[in-house]
Amino acid sequence: MKFVDDIKADVTADIVYMMCPMHILKLDEMVKGLENGQVLNILTDYDGALEDIPQWCERTGNEFIGMKETENFYEFYVRKT
Amino acid sequence: MNIIPGDGMRKCYFDYVATNPLHPEVLNTMMPYFKEEFGNPLSIYEPGQRAKKAIEEAREQVASMINARPSTIIFTSSGAEANSFALKGMAIAKQNQGNHVIVSRVEHHSILSSARFLEKSGFVVTYLPVDKYGFVDPEAVKDSITKETIVISIIHASSEIGTIEPIKEIAIVAQERNITMHTDAVATTGNIPIDVKDLGVDLLSMAAHQFYGPKGAGALYVKRGVRIVPLICGGIQEGGRRAGTENVPAIVGMGKAAEIAKSGMSRRIEHCKKLRDKIIEGVLKIPNVHLTGHHGNRLPHHASFVVEFIEGEAMLLMLSMKGIYSASGSACTSKALKSSPVLLSIGIPTALAQGSIVFSLGMSNTEEEVDYFLEEFPRIINRLREMSPFMKKKEGGSKCYTGG
Repeated sequence: MKFVDDIKADVTADIVYMMCPMHILKLDEMVKGLENGQVLNILTDYDGALEDIPQWCERTGNEFIGMKETENFYEFYVRKT
Repeated sequence: MNIIPGDGMRKCYFDYVATNPLHPEVLNTMMPYFKEEFGNPLSIYEPGQRAKKAIEEAREQVASMINARPSTIIFTSSGAEANSFALKGMAIAKQNQGNHVIVSRVEHHSILSSARFLEKSGFVVTYLPVDKYGFVDPEAVKDSITKETIVISIIHASSEIGTIEPIKEIAIVAQERNITMHTDAVATTGNIPIDVKDLGVDLLSMAAHQFYGPKGAGALYVKRGVRIVPLICGGIQEGGRRAGTENVPAIVGMGKAAEIAKSGMSRRIEHCKKLRDKIIEGVLKIPNVHLTGHHGNRLPHHASFVVEFIEGEAMLLMLSMKGIYSASGSACTSKALKSSPVLLSIGIPTALAQGSIVFSLGMSNTEEEVDYFLEEFPRIINRLREMSPFMKKKEGGSKCYTGG
């Protein structure tokens, strides 16, 4: 897993406590709304996202920038490509 | 208007806080979703998508009734579920910030029991006292806040005493200290105007059958940006915050009922208030009967009393024999034959709390029904008092309750 810091996101989606697979549905929905090159930040408490989000990026051809852990949540950064 | 079928005897339904009859237009709107429109809203094919669209329309209707965004409405199965979800979901979501929860002593059982559950799980709960009218003092809320306080939940109006609480003032106190504010608005939503932005609350519970909608449909308003832990875990229904295949007919019915409530609210309030005031005026002419809750600042369709020297249950039975249906305190308290904690909290002595009776009105009630009731009720009280051992004691010189 690639850990990052100081990434500036264009859009943030807070899906903390929302059930699986909201992280994938929200990711899909939000990335669709971005311009190429823009960065999405997703906040979640869901452990499954650690696998799912990088995999989704690989499958859809978007860039998985990395993640960081804050409080009790995970923050993922995805660049639309 | 006779809404209850039976033996031809006059029936006066005066228990609208227990539940409302379904509005005929609401039933018509629901019917297709019991029959041909049975699709699962999560299915991607057309019938599923039509069900999804119907739910989203209902969400807009419910949101519009309380001046909220549609995305802030989470449908639940009842007001009790919305209350449990709000209190437990918020306390757990904020447990890293503190462990203190504040509620009042006039909350519904769904809040009080959830609060007790949280206490057993390690949270600390303050049960705020109320004054003789049932009002929670915003200053008392302020004084009870500690650095551990994470959630405040105060009922908008108690269905037992009808008093409307100063939620806006309490929400300001909560907001200033970054504490989440919930209100149980089950008794008020659809019956008095509610604007969540004006009230300033973060969460608000409601139930459809309190405004001529179906049973089995409730909702929780959760302000945008507020994180809440789900009560029912599973799938992605309701934005991943409340699992379970949606009760599509009930949700559609709640939406329609909300739309009708919003457009007809002032007419409904005017109709009920007139009858309510007539009942209050008439009943208070009977000696040793006291109004509970506040006289002016109460639900427009609600009149509640305590009658000295008589048990509420006896009055209910005698009234029902005359075709008049009312309640004694909350449904649960009445069934358990216990003194209502709400009545005790407003300072009513235990013995007198047994003589509690609540009349709640709706669009089916008429002035003629109220006249009939006002003719029968004093007779019933007289008959019961003649049989009452308490009354004999009173005549022997014991002291009467003076209402404060």
